[in-house]
Amino acid sequence: MSTLIVAEHDNAELKPATLNAVTAAGQLPGETHVLIAGSGCGAAAEAAAKVAGVDKVLKADDAAYDHHLAENLAPLVAKLAADYSHVIAAATTSGKNVMPRAAALLDVQQVSDISAIEGEDTFVRPIYAGNALATVKSSDAVKVLTIRATAFDAAPAEGGSAAVEAVESTGDTGLAAFKGQELTKSERPELTTAGIVISGGRGMQSGENFAMLERVADKLGAAVGASRAAVDAGYVPNDYQVGQTGKVVAPDLYVAVGISGAIQHLAGMKDSKVIVAINKDEEAPIFQVADYGLVADLFEAVPELEKELG
Amino acid sequence: MKVLVPIKRVIDANVKVRVKADNTGVETANVKMAMNPFCEIAVEEAVRLKEAGTASEVIVVSAGAAQAQETLRTGLAMGADRGILIQCDSDPEPLAVAKLLKAVVEKEGPELVILGKQAVDNDNNQTGQMLAALLGWPQGTFISKVEKTDGSFAITREVDGGLEKLEIKAPAVVTTDLRLNEPRYASLPNIMKAKKKPIDTMTPADLGVDVSPRLTVVSVTEPPARKAGVKVASVAELVDKLRNEAKVI
Repeated sequence: MSTLIVAEHDNAELKPATLNAVTAAGQLPGETHVLIAGSGCGAAAEAAAKVAGVDKVLKADDAAYDHHLAENLAPLVAKLAADYSHVIAAATTSGKNVMPRAAALLDVQQVSDISAIEGEDTFVRPIYAGNALATVKSSDAVKVLTIRATAFDAAPAEGGSAAVEAVESTGDTGLAAFKGQELTKSERPELTTAGIVISGGRGMQSGENFAMLERVADKLGAAVGASRAAVDAGYVPNDYQVGQTGKVVAPDLYVAVGISGAIQHLAGMKDSKVIVAINKDEEAPIFQVADYGLVADLFEAVPELEKELG
Repeated sequence: MKVLVPIKRVIDANVKVRVKADNTGVETANVKMAMNPFCEIAVEEAVRLKEAGTASEVIVVSAGAAQAQETLRTGLAMGADRGILIQCDSDPEPLAVAKLLKAVVEKEGPELVILGKQAVDNDNNQTGQMLAALLGWPQGTFISKVEKTDGSFAITREVDGGLEKLEIKAPAVVTTDLRLNEPRYASLPNIMKAKKKPIDTMTPADLGVDVSPRLTVVSVTEPPARKAGVKVASVAELVDKLRNEAKVI
């Protein structure tokens, strides 16, 4: 039996987390196939065919699959699943939206956000904001999984030469319609794949003050993130949020500025290789996970950091 | 319109959970329990819809142990009209909960079901999507805004890249993200009033639903702990350590 990956893409390019899903699929028996469902998604299908480790690409090209509406995409995934032992997607907002709907159509209990594969039916996943790791065994005929992208390396985007096969559309259910989007534009690296992340918390005191972090980020080639408190306060948009219910990041370097370190925030960043905390409260829990802690007023320390980096 | 709000009783989000010594789960004895924070947002949104005259009745429902009744009372104190307890021996898995909720939806006929996007215990993020699938209804997940329009709902979703706007046909299932609203605290008079509001109790068998688990928990363990780090005295020392010791910049 084989694994089907439900790819995330924008019709032209694959989203990086799909490459992590390919690595996860490689740890399961059988071939790795990738589903590219979209509208005018030929380029994305070609990109998927080039990924090392991909054996076949299924292309479902139909306006119904534009924007990956779960109502239209889940029936396609459920239909194709009959030929697979595992169906997986990255645990992004898109994967989290579509996969449980497909799992329910298949009468399967999905295993969410897995961080390791122990065997073809046994998976490890963080629970309670990562304060415990559960190893679970699935008895369902088809395993429907979402994977935590930071727990699996990205497969090389080049090196494969898979065939692209067209599959029939399951059509438009007419239940939902896309009305628009407001995407945050940034020249900086994407938060979940950046090698360095610098995040601000409530201590930043305003959205304007995030400009200080952005200047440091630009010197380091880093992405900018935030704690829930900073997002709730309206300092930065929701897509900056790192944490249990936001984005999970695991960069080489994570710099937490003015973040106290609630367990919900730690859940999203504690797998980072090196953690730096800058906070004026030396009792802040963030220091318990930081490799390097600096007890200082961020309004002095951050400009100084920018200067030191030259 | 009737609004149904499924809610879950979980370990209070501010409690640091401890893994049981025998690795079968986490310690729940003598641990403070509370309504899942995302469910509080769901109840709040439903109550606001009622206060605005959009919703006619708000029903809270919970599937779990008998103590889930306390969580239902909290929802009633926040302003829900009545509760339904589906009493189970242990917490059913999301697919089973979705099947139970489908049966309740078929009995009650709500036009909108509002759930939390995930429960902070198992972090599954599945039940709403599964319920929508089983009902054949559209789903608005991770929403920061919902408005009733003629025959549909206009919703705004929090997605990885920013915000997405959809129009989904009624009846529909939506799941809440953090920015939808700020839940109220129940006032003492409302807590007293909630004690008199009705709660119906039923079992999965009454609803004709098989809740046998599909997953077996092999073990629950502590994650690897991070080693305690060092405090640096200055920004210059920090940059030096990052360059020459950690070699990450």
